[in-house]
Amino acid sequence: MATEYIPPKQGVFGQFFDVTFLLGLVFVVLFLPIWLGIAVPSRVEKLPPGVSYTTNADGTRDWTGLSWDALKQNPTMQAQWEKLGYTKETAAAIITMPFDYKIDVMGVGLTIIIICGYFGFMLVVSEKEYRQVIAEKFD
Amino acid sequence: MDREATAVAGETGSHVGLLKVLGPVHVWALGVGIVLVGEFMGWNYGVGKGGAFGALISCFVIGILYTCVAMIDSEITSTVAAAGGQYAQAKHTIGPLMAFNVGLYMVLTYTMLNASDIQVAGQLVQIAAGNMNVTIPWQPYTILCLALLTLLNYRGVLATLSVNFVITALAFLSILVLFIGVKPWAPHEVLLHSQLLTALPYGWLGVLASFHFGIWYYLGIEGTCQSAEEVRSPGRALPLGTMTGMITLLIAAAITWYVVCGLLPWEYIGWDAELAPLYDAARVTGSSTLTVILFIGTLFSAIASANGCINDAARAWFSMGRDRYLPIWFGAVHPKYRTPFRSILFLTPIAAIFALYIPLAEIITFSILSGLLNYTFMPINMWKFRRKWPIGSIRRGFEHPFHPIPAGVLLTLCVATFFAIYLGYGRQLLSMMLFYIVASAWFAFYRYRYVRRGDQFSMPWPRPQGY
Repeated sequence: MATEYIPPKQGVFGQFFDVTFLLGLVFVVLFLPIWLGIAVPSRVEKLPPGVSYTTNADGTRDWTGLSWDALKQNPTMQAQWEKLGYTKETAAAIITMPFDYKIDVMGVGLTIIIICGYFGFMLVVSEKEYRQVIAEKFD
Repeated sequence: MDREATAVAGETGSHVGLLKVLGPVHVWALGVGIVLVGEFMGWNYGVGKGGAFGALISCFVIGILYTCVAMIDSEITSTVAAAGGQYAQAKHTIGPLMAFNVGLYMVLTYTMLNASDIQVAGQLVQIAAGNMNVTIPWQPYTILCLALLTLLNYRGVLATLSVNFVITALAFLSILVLFIGVKPWAPHEVLLHSQLLTALPYGWLGVLASFHFGIWYYLGIEGTCQSAEEVRSPGRALPLGTMTGMITLLIAAAITWYVVCGLLPWEYIGWDAELAPLYDAARVTGSSTLTVILFIGTLFSAIASANGCINDAARAWFSMGRDRYLPIWFGAVHPKYRTPFRSILFLTPIAAIFALYIPLAEIITFSILSGLLNYTFMPINMWKFRRKWPIGSIRRGFEHPFHPIPAGVLLTLCVATFFAIYLGYGRQLLSMMLFYIVASAWFAFYRYRYVRRGDQFSMPWPRPQGY
C-alpha cells in the first residue's frame, strides 16, 4: 500500500498570503492592462475619401465633406440612426472606426506557442500528480 | 459558527453535503438563466467584428460547439455528480493541476459574466431615468443589484434558483413579444432587412473573427453541471435540463438576430459602447409598450444571469477550498443555510470592481476566454474519461452518441475561436494566458503541497485503465 501523504497544516497567515497573491494576480495581470489602455480592441480610424475633421480644444470635431452618402448609409439607415438620436457627425465617430485585422505572423506564432506551452505544461504536471492520487487511492 | 463550519469542511475529513433539492426545471433555469442575457447584450459585438451575416454564421457555428459541449458534459456530469461540475471531472480524469485551472476558468467565467450583468443592470436604470429627464449615476444601482443578489445566494440555493426560473421565463417571453410586435409576417412593414443588411464588411476573415462573440449567445450553459451535487436525479435531470436549455437558447438567438438586424444599422449594433441591442430595437419601433417590455426583459435577464453566476462561481471556489487547492477557509458551508457563504462573499468585490471600471466588451472577453479554455479542456477530458473507464466499466447516467466526433469538432472549433479572439483582442488574450500560466506555476510548485493526494478521487469507481 502506498504511503499516505500528510500535507502540512496551513496557518492563518499562510492562507491570507495565498488569497492576497491570487487577488493581486487578478488585478495586476487582468485589470491593469485594460485600465491603463494597453489591452484594448484594435480599431483604427478610417475616414471615407474627401472627409476630414479638425478637433477643437473642447474635444468637439469640425467635419469637412461629411454626408450620410459618404458614410455609405442609405436613407433607411440614416432614418434608423436618427431614431436612435444620432446625427451624421456623431454616427461618423462610430462608422469610421473599423477593426484592424492585419495579421502579424510573429504575434500569431507567439500566441500559439504560449497556448500550446500552457496546455502541455498542465497536462504533463497533471499526469504526474494524477499517478500520485491513483497510487494513494488504490495501492 | 466559524469553527463548526470549518471543521465540517475538511479538518476532520468529513463534510456536510449540499441539499439535494433541484429538479430538471431548476437545471434549465440555472443554465438558461445565466445565458439568456447573452441575447440581450454582448452578442452584438460579433456584428462589429464580422457584420450582421458574420454574426449569424457565428451564431450557428458556435451553436454546434455548444451542442458538443452539452453532449460531452451531460455524459460526464451525470456520472461525476459532485459540486464543482467540470472541476470535479478534471480531478477524476486528468489530475490536480488541470482541476485547479478548470476551477479558475469557471470562477473567472462566472465572476466576469456577473460583472457584465450588474454593469448592464446599473446602466439600464440610468437609461430609464434619462428617458424621464432625470440624470443619475449608474454605479450605485450596479452595487445595489450585486448586494441584493449576494444576499439571496447567501440564504439558499432553492430560493435563488426558483427566483431565477420566474425571471428567466419572463425575460424569454419579452423576446417573443418583441418578435410578434415587429410583425415578421409582414417583412417591410417594421423590419427592414433588405435596406439594412450589407455584404460582409471584413470578408470571411471577419466571419471568423465574429466567432469570438458568438460564444456569448450560449456562454454558461455548462453551468447546469455546477449544482450536480444538489440535483435529486442527476442522470435524468442534468441531460434533460441542459439539452432543453440549448434548444431554448438556439431559438432565442435566432429571433434576436432577426429582429435586431432588421431594425438597426450594423455599425451601431456592433459598436463597443452599445449596451442593449434588443432594447434599442424596441425603441426604434416607436412602440412605448415594446420599449417598456424590453427594458424589463433586459433588466430581468441581467439579474437572472448575475444570480446564477454568483451561485456557480461560489460553488467552484468553494469546491477548490474544500479540496485545499485554495485556503481551506473557503471550504465552509453555512451551518443554517447550507450555502458556501464565504466563497459567495469573497468573490463579490472582484465582480464589483470590474463592473465599475472596465468597459463591457472587455469584461465579456475575459469571461469568454475563460469559458473557451474550459471548452478546450472538455475534449481532452472526454477522451481520457472513455479511455480510463470504457463503456460498461462504470454506471453512466447518460452516454453521448458518436464519440469521438463531438470531441474532435469541439477541439477544432475551440482553436478557431482562439484565433477569432486574437483578431482584434490579441493583447487581452495574452494577458489572460499570462494569468493562467502564473497561477499554474504557483499551484504546481507551491500550493500542491497542501493537497491530500488520495482525497482527490472520491467516486466509487474501479482503478482507471492504464494506471
